[in-house]
Amino acid sequence: MFKAIVIVKRRQTILDPQGKAVEQGAKLLGFYNVKKTRIGKYIEFFVDIKDKSAAEKEVREYSEKLLCNPIMEDFEFTLEEVK
Amino acid sequence: MKPKFGIVVFPGSNCDHDAYYSVKKILGFEAEFLWHKEKDLKGSDVVILPGGFSYGDYLRTGAIARFSPIMDTVHKFAQNGGVVIGICNGFQILLELGLLPGVMLKNESLKFVCKDVYLKVENKENIFTKSLEKNILKIPVAHGDGNYFADEQTLKELERNHQILFRYASENGKIDPNANPNGSLMNIAGIMNKKKNVLGLMPHPERCCDPILGNTDGALIFQSAAENIFN
Repeated sequence: MFKAIVIVKRRQTILDPQGKAVEQGAKLLGFYNVKKTRIGKYIEFFVDIKDKSAAEKEVREYSEKLLCNPIMEDFEFTLEEVK
Repeated sequence: MKPKFGIVVFPGSNCDHDAYYSVKKILGFEAEFLWHKEKDLKGSDVVILPGGFSYGDYLRTGAIARFSPIMDTVHKFAQNGGVVIGICNGFQILLELGLLPGVMLKNESLKFVCKDVYLKVENKENIFTKSLEKNILKIPVAHGDGNYFADEQTLKELERNHQILFRYASENGKIDPNANPNGSLMNIAGIMNKKKNVLGLMPHPERCCDPILGNTDGALIFQSAAENIFN
């Protein structure tokens, strides 16, 4: 079994109004060094498969099909074996 | 011959009854609700994917609804030329399903926008606007994620194939950034597929059909579709 962590990020070329608004908050609080805020998604789950490459394939397909919309997002993931 | 409208009900749909009321009680067409777990369109000639917050808008708007059992049938129905109208959340579902190109981003203002807007009708070579005498319609929007985005090539294709049906405009029909309620590229409010049997639009025509509400511009779209569907 593996624990998967998928990070879905908005593509660099796509505006991120949420990131922009949060950064305005940062400025109001005095965090003037904060730049280029982008907001994405963190998704964790377990994959009940023994073989690592098969688990990777499963996570990739799941991410491509549902977790991420490739028109506006990219994703990356990590897998950690759990006993 | 009167067409039958099928209105899909997802968990979280909240404009399904408005759509049913408008097409059945106001316009006098046949209408039936279609529960999202069913697979049968029950003889519908037009399928409406209504507005709302299907599956709570979790993950992305429309992302989970597109996997509802009925959507397989709707997909095949559309590919065989069946008429599908996606309103607001229904439009977002059509984008996720891939029946229409592009995505919806959060409104540029980050605010939920709920107001009447003016739409310029960009073409009448399709069943949805063929019977319209007006070139500008007043229809309300109510959404938080209506900021249409697609890459440059897709936008060019949409224009070349005359797939852009409605753009946000001023009262006199000027396409103007001030008339854009959400930051949509090219002021896009509604698009069709290439075959022009699938329409997605953010504004809510079903909310302005009943004369008692003081505006019946929305009825014109359903009437036009009904008048031209069998021709």
